[in-house]
Amino acid sequence: MNWKHYFTTSIGKKLVMGFTGLFLISFLIVHCYINAMIFVSRDAFNAAADFMGTTIIIRIMEIGLFAGILLHIVQGYMLVSKNGGTRKEGYAVKAGNKTSAWYSRSMGLLGTLILLFLVVHIAHFWVPSRITGDLNEVMVRDREMHDLYQRMVDVFQSPIVVVVYLLGVFSLAWHLIHGFYSAFQTMGLTTHKYKKMIRNIGIAFSVIICLLFAAMPVSMFMGWVN
Amino acid sequence: MEHYTMNLTLKVWKQKNMKSKGQFETYQVKNISSEMSFLEMFDVLNEQLIAEGKEPIAFDHDCREGICGMCSMYINGRAHGPWHQTTTCQLHMREYKDGDTIVVEPWRANAFPVIKDLVVDRQAFDRIIQAGGYVSVNTGNAVDANAIPIEKHKADEAFAAAACIGCGACVAACPNASAMLFVSAKASHLALLPQGDPERKIRAINMVAQMDKEGFGSCTNIGACEAECPKGISVENIARLNREYIGAVFSGGSDNA
Repeated sequence: MNWKHYFTTSIGKKLVMGFTGLFLISFLIVHCYINAMIFVSRDAFNAAADFMGTTIIIRIMEIGLFAGILLHIVQGYMLVSKNGGTRKEGYAVKAGNKTSAWYSRSMGLLGTLILLFLVVHIAHFWVPSRITGDLNEVMVRDREMHDLYQRMVDVFQSPIVVVVYLLGVFSLAWHLIHGFYSAFQTMGLTTHKYKKMIRNIGIAFSVIICLLFAAMPVSMFMGWVN
Repeated sequence: MEHYTMNLTLKVWKQKNMKSKGQFETYQVKNISSEMSFLEMFDVLNEQLIAEGKEPIAFDHDCREGICGMCSMYINGRAHGPWHQTTTCQLHMREYKDGDTIVVEPWRANAFPVIKDLVVDRQAFDRIIQAGGYVSVNTGNAVDANAIPIEKHKADEAFAAAACIGCGACVAACPNASAMLFVSAKASHLALLPQGDPERKIRAINMVAQMDKEGFGSCTNIGACEAECPKGISVENIARLNREYIGAVFSGGSDNA
């Protein structure tokens, strides 16, 4: 298999989706862990965010992350477009939810919603922190750093923003419930013995991580933290 | 179950040939017995059309006992109708009640072009089999059972995969019109047995290449194929084909062929 096969064969394309998807899932775990510091303290969160923003290895991994996201998006849309063209004449009556789950058929739509959310999300936090530096500075343990905590407090004052974030996380949850299992299935790891376990771990992971993410804007808005 | 008769409205896809554009035609059938099979109900309709001097509806059928895989009908949005693990010929009219409207369409996929009415061309499946779904050596007459020892679980899995009748319901039901369930079943039943083992790598590569060439979609693990398969072929076969394929391409593929 040369590198072209990953982009031309049907299974190769799915492998790219699976590998990048699992890589993005591993990022979600780190992201959720760092963000959960808001439930510890303002300083803990700011220090963790500063570590992520100033450590050279992590900044290099960040480039890999953007490459992974880009590959997942481009390949995803190519798959949606190819699969959308395999049935020129459609059915008058469709099976709908009788034979499959709606979210498994809606990965392109859910992915698009996540992408739209990501644009908003990156503009809220990543751009001011990494590009414009348009943030207040605070001293934490004798070190000057961005007050990203204050940025979160400010951003999540708006109920509209909180709703947008909840919708983004909601889309992510359904995308992950199918994506987690689907990645393992594409890699051929969902044997009879492990199929149920992988499916259940995927569901549990998706629900837990998305509830944690959802708790963040809600807690900020309601003033439950700080 | 009590026997009853019913009158039905049928909306059936009519298409003159591969090149012409088809459309739905509406038909009325009367006094259909609840004990008829779905195809027998179509026989009644066709007799009626012939008596009226009209052209009967072309549909594929052969064994009418649920094992040949010919009776491709997409009935009210379901491949082979609503019954689980049942072909159209084994779907019986007791599923329906008086006054029902039933929409019948052909399998829809670019790789399965409509030949006429409800008949589609499924030769794409034959070409996939020709690409690698076989064992090259002549095995001669059937040998004694257990002459080649095979683990019980492998024999069972191979047999379950070999139950595939190549009807194409998986493609018809798949939102991507993917043929992965069919191809994986055919690759699995050979890969699991010692006779098929020597060619398993080149088989996986060639069958997948042919599948792609025929214009089937990519499998996105939706699972509608498994839900609609009349023979209960599991998507575990798709995982196996993915394993076979990944193993084959990473090890250089054709070096054992």
